[in-house]
Formats: sequence, C-alpha cells, structure tokens
Amino acid sequence: MMARRFAGPLAGSAAVAIAALVLLTMLLALGGYDVPSALAALWRGSFGSSYAFFSATLVRATPLLLAGLAVALAFRAAVWNIGAEGQLLAGATAAIAGASLPLPGAVRLTLALVFAALAGGAWALPAALLRRRGVLEVISTIMLNFIALNLVGYLVRGPLQEPTHAYPQSRTIDIAARLPRVPGTRLHLGVGLAFLAAIALGIVMRRSAWGFRVRATGANPRAAASAGSIDVPRVALEVFLVSGALAGLAGGIEATGVTYALYEGLSPGYGYTAIAVALLARLDPLLVAPSALLFGALEAGASAMQRDAGVPAALVTVVEGSLILLVLLVPVMTRVYETRAARRLAQAGAGR
Amino acid sequence: MTTGAPLLALDAMSKRYGDVQALTRASLAVRPGTVHALLGENGAGKTTLMRIAFGLARADSGAMRWAGGPVSFLSPRDALAAGLAMVQQHFSLVPSLTVAENVALGGHGLFRAEQARQRVRDLVEATGLPVDPDAPAGTLGIGAQQRVEIIKALAHGARLLILDEPTATLAPVDAASLLEWARRFASGDRAVVLITHKLRDALDVADDVTVLRAGRVVLSTAAAATTERSLAAAMLGETGDVARAGVSSGANSTRGAIVAELRDVSSEPGHTVPSLHGVTFTAQGGEIVGVAAVEGNGEDALLRILAGRERAATGDVRLPGRVAYIPEDRHADALADDLTLTENVALGGAGARRGWIDWPAMRAHTETLMTRFDVRASSALAAARTLSGGNQQRLVLARELEGEPQLVIADQPTRGLDLRATAEVHERLRDARARGAAVVLHSADLDEVLALSDRVVVVVGGRVHEAHGGRDAIGRQMLGLSS
Repeated sequence: MMARRFAGPLAGSAAVAIAALVLLTMLLALGGYDVPSALAALWRGSFGSSYAFFSATLVRATPLLLAGLAVALAFRAAVWNIGAEGQLLAGATAAIAGASLPLPGAVRLTLALVFAALAGGAWALPAALLRRRGVLEVISTIMLNFIALNLVGYLVRGPLQEPTHAYPQSRTIDIAARLPRVPGTRLHLGVGLAFLAAIALGIVMRRSAWGFRVRATGANPRAAASAGSIDVPRVALEVFLVSGALAGLAGGIEATGVTYALYEGLSPGYGYTAIAVALLARLDPLLVAPSALLFGALEAGASAMQRDAGVPAALVTVVEGSLILLVLLVPVMTRVYETRAARRLAQAGAGR
Repeated sequence: MTTGAPLLALDAMSKRYGDVQALTRASLAVRPGTVHALLGENGAGKTTLMRIAFGLARADSGAMRWAGGPVSFLSPRDALAAGLAMVQQHFSLVPSLTVAENVALGGHGLFRAEQARQRVRDLVEATGLPVDPDAPAGTLGIGAQQRVEIIKALAHGARLLILDEPTATLAPVDAASLLEWARRFASGDRAVVLITHKLRDALDVADDVTVLRAGRVVLSTAAAATTERSLAAAMLGETGDVARAGVSSGANSTRGAIVAELRDVSSEPGHTVPSLHGVTFTAQGGEIVGVAAVEGNGEDALLRILAGRERAATGDVRLPGRVAYIPEDRHADALADDLTLTENVALGGAGARRGWIDWPAMRAHTETLMTRFDVRASSALAAARTLSGGNQQRLVLARELEGEPQLVIADQPTRGLDLRATAEVHERLRDARARGAAVVLHSADLDEVLALSDRVVVVVGGRVHEAHGGRDAIGRQMLGLSS
C-alpha cells in the first residue's frame, strides 16, 4: 500500500526531473555552450563522485530540506508562509549568538540549535498574530524577510562584526561549537538531523491527532471547526510557529555546519527555493527529502558547471523556476489539451 | 402548447465515468414554450445529461440539436452564446463581490457600477426574484444566492434555462413564486428544463415530464397524462412504496426529561441578520421539534447555538454532552471533500483527540458504519468527493448518530437528496427519537417539518414562538402575520 501511495508522485517527480534536464539542455544549446561538457560538469558536481554527492549535493540539500518541511507543513494547513527565508536568517543569527556563549562546546552547540528554532518561530509570530487580525500572511511574511535580511546586514556591520572590523561578517565560531563532520568530507551531523526531521514530521502528519487536525484544517477549515470542533485559529498559530522553527533550524544548521559565521549572503534564497521543493513534493514531508535532493543536486551541479564549463549558475535558477511552473501547470495543461482534442474532433465531425 | 421542431433535442446520449455508466442512450426533446421536468433519483443521470447539453461535459456518443440544427457545445460559453443557460445546484458566486458585480462578471468591456446595479434592478423587476444589488454575495442566505444565480444566468439573454433543483433550498413562498415565474418565462420561443425530484413541482408547472432511472429514460410523457404515483413508480422502479415512507408521521407519547434548554438567549449581532433576542426554547427526549422559518429570520443562529457551534451573547444555554449536528451545507460544514471517508469519520471529535490515531482501527470502524448506514463507496479510503450527494449525507449521519447522541440538530438534512435517501434520513431521525434523543429539525420544506415533528416552533424576526394550527396558519406565522 505504501509503495502504491508513493508510486504516482514519484513517477511525476521523475518526469519533472527529466523535463528539467531537457530544458537545461535546450538553454545550454541556445546559449552556445558546449552541451556535453556542461552536462558532464553538472553530473560531476552533483552525483558524479562520492565527494560530490556527500560534500556538495547532500550539504546543499540540507537547508532546502528543513525549509521545505517548514513550507510543506504550513501550506498543508493553508497557512501561506512565504517567510522561510527570514525565519532561516533569524535562526542563523540566533545560532551564531548561541554558539558564541562562554560554555562547553556540546552545550553551546545544542543551545545554538535550540535558539535557532526558537528564533525562527519568533520571527513567524508577528505574521501569525497579524493573520488572526485579517492581515494576509503572504504579505507580512515577505516583509519580515526583508527586515531579517537588513537586520543581518546591520548586525554584521555593528554589534556582531568580527573583531578586526574589516569584513561585514561575524566572528567565526569555535571548532567546539560546530556541528561534527565526517572526516574528509563536508558532510555534517545536520544532514542526518534534517532527514530525521523529515521522517518525524511525515509520521506526525500521518499518524498523530495533531497532524490530522492540521490536514483537516487545510482541507476544509469550516468543516474542521464545525464537524471536528477543531480550534482552527489555534491550529494555524501552532503550524505557523512550528513552520518558523523548522526554517529557523535550517538556518542554525547552516550556520553551525557550513558557514560558521553570520553574513548577508549566508542563504542564497534557500527559503524561496524551499517553496519549490515543497510544491514538487506535493507538500508530503516524506517526499520533501527526494525533492530537496534534486534541488540540492541542481545547485551543486550548477557550481561545477560554472567552474568547469563557464556556464553561469543563473541558468540553473532559470531551470528551477521553470520546474515550479511545470509542477503547477501540469494539471491545467492536461485540461486544455483535452478540450482542444475534443474541439478538433467536433470540427472534423461537422465538416463531414 | 406549440408543436414543430424542439428547441433542444438530445438523442441517444451515453456517458461513462470510470466504472459507472452514467447515461445509456438517453434522449430528451424540449419544445419551445414549455416547462420540461426532468425527474429522477440522485445519480439517475439528470444533472449529467444537462451538463452535456450545457457544454460542461462531453457525451461518449449521441447527438444534439439546437433550434433544429446539429450542435455540440464545448463549453458553457458556447452554450450561453447560443442562448442556453444553466443554474447549477452548487453556487459559484464570489463572496466578497456584490450582487451587481457578480452578475457583471463574464461581461465584456468596461465595468460601470451604476449600470451594473441598474441591470440587476431591471432583472429583479423582470423576474420578480428579490435581491439587493449592493449586498455582498457572501452575506446572502442560500435562497438569496440561488436567486442571484438565476438572475446571473438570465443576464446573458437565454432562450432555454436549465434549473438544477431550484426549489431545494427555497422557502415555500419563494419556491412557489419561482415556479410561477418559470411558467411565465417558458412562452413563445423560450423554454425551461426543471431538474427536480419533487414530484409535486413537476406536476404543478411542467408541460412535459421525462423520468430517468439509472441513466436510462424510463418515462417520457405529457404532465397532464400522468400522476404522482406513476411518476414515483417510474423513478424508483419496483420499490415504489418507498415514496410514501417519508410522509407517515407517528407521534411519540413517551417524552422524556428536558435535554436542551435556552433561557432568554440572544445571539451575537452580525453573525446572522436578524439576531435572536430573548429566546426561550426547550427540547425533551423522545420528541422531534420542528423549526419552521422563512430563511434569514434567525433560524440558523438558533440551530447553531443548540448545536454548540455558536456561543450565545446573553442568556443561559444548557446542552447535553453528546450533540449530533447535521448542518445545512454539508460540503462547507460537515465534510472535507478531499479527505477520505475514514478521515471524515475521524473528523468527529478531532479537536479533543490527543496522541496518535490508530488508522487501521479507524478504517475498520468506518467500514462498520458504512455497512450500518448503507454508505455506498468504492472503499473506506475513497475521497468523500467521489460519493453521490445521498451517500455523503449517509456518511454525515453515520458519523453524527453512531455515538447515541442525546440531542440531534438537523438543519435541512434532506436538501438535494432523492426520495429514497430522504426516506432514510427521516427514518434515522425517527430512530433517534425512539431511542430517547431530542431531535430538532429545520427544513425549508414546511411539509417535511409537519410530517416529522411532534411539535413545531416558528422563528420569525429573531424570535421563537410555539406554532399553532394547521399548515396555512403556520405559514402565516412564518411571515409574521397574526393568524
């Protein structure tokens, strides 16, 4: 039964992945690039070697996975949290602050991640509260993203700037406060945490009473309130906070596992790409993992393409954007095609 | 009555949805100047046939002629351009837009507010269907929304108007004036197709009657040449006596203790217009209390407060622990269409549930309920959306009634259901009464209220009165006229 439940979406995702490759090939050819060597570089940079997979693809996929879970959870409850980016930055900031406390390493690291989740939730709270007063969360969360980005910009030039005051970034955190790595790779403990989070959220959504309340609220809030006596505003608030916490954790793990410091470019838009990751996974936490892996591979491969074949990485961003459109368009296109086919048939019939 | 070419002719239409043969060579001819009643149970194929005519669905085989020429409408836009309009059972109004704006939707050129309002006022005048052009559609009751839908359909200048169950939700007075209006509309080169399962409506206004059963036309005749009894027999097949099951009363002499009580209750203003004020109401175990009201008199506030779904602004409310609530609009308030049957059963009490849900057990429980309440579906894991209206309502009843509730609140529980499903719902409500539960029943169909209730209250202008006298006296009380 499980196999059948995933077969359809997985086949759909595979089709989308193939479409992405075809589109990329066309764009490369149009741009006059050496297609075979560019695609080879893409492969080398993503899946081509164990180093590429474990140190680039998986590491890139991790923030996308956690932020993707944040978006999938929120959207599942019809809470349109577009603010994963801001919540992620809030989490990264809190993690750097936590990791800099004068405490033993393991305690510091744990605190850093807890702070990250709390800060992410806290960054979602204003939007969650405003939503109860009728302010659209789509607007408020986007605005909070800009506030977060500019706040980081201020912090790394002011209170949190590194001691030499030469660079707009924070002091690098001690080795003791960093997420442990598998020796010889960039693979850090956070990768495992992210996949565990996906499995845990998948189970919670499927099996727990809370997860069911979330799904019922998203499916029909009026029936959830009327037939289920579900406190819908409360569920929405809880979802918003947990979603923010997951995005915050993504930032905390990125800060303590990859960047080790806070700076403005810490996230290349993970919080926005996460929306695509979640949509491609049809908002199913367990499918967010492969979806994040696909996007992680694309981004890791894009770096390699830029380095080895001189193809701008922005080309891959175009492909990512097209992927989202594709995912959203497939049901619409199917309908249009059917109508057209019927119209042709009818015209053929009338002409006879 | 005119003779000659039919305005609309459907010839041998067949349509299959997956495993279900929805229509089998169904034919229908609508003559100009007539009202044509299309009768049948839920799932008989009435709506499917008309959706094909309107370009919302495509037949697998069959031919269609419009005003004498062969056509095939590929979309409602084509149909509307040709002069065929359809008012569907489920409404498609934009809640935040006003009535005038909703009617103007789909028009061409610039939107001029005053012009749009005037157009609605003209249409109101022409149709005799009262609506306020400036009211946001979301604030209207179901009856008023239906009137807007009809006005919207006519705004495109239709010659043939298909009405899908138009009287299902209207108060008796409004229903009568609508049917009378349909009668007047269907003159000259214009016609009306009335999809219904109310035999009386069909016989009262229709010139021709076509009866569908299981996707086949089983009877096609002039209304004058048939009777209520023979139509019922045609609709139901051999089991024609089910039609009568819904109309036998049966007062219960063993009333129990007071189960629910409202004392001097007023509702939050703004939720409903008008709000309730100073309402005192009791329901005893072992009785069915009928609630008669013209829509929009505060009856939904009364029912929602009794169901524990709305808090009273002032006054004392005493309700039992277990209350079953069958809301008026099951798609909006009772079911999540995209969730499975099992999940919809689990929805009952989901707010208070803690920890983990044992889904295999929940599924087994759902299968038991499906057997007990005769819910026909491919599986307990099918989406609720895939069920017919009757089966969806059976599922709601199963969930709400299984725990032996002490109080049952049923708001229009047979809305849009066919005769068989209606009779079943009535039976379930009587069972609940026999078990000692208090049942509060509201229906826009006064005959239904009178047939089932031991006692009737009238809600008018936000106040609740005990009803006196017969059908006509109660009708006058509903309108606020002293009897």
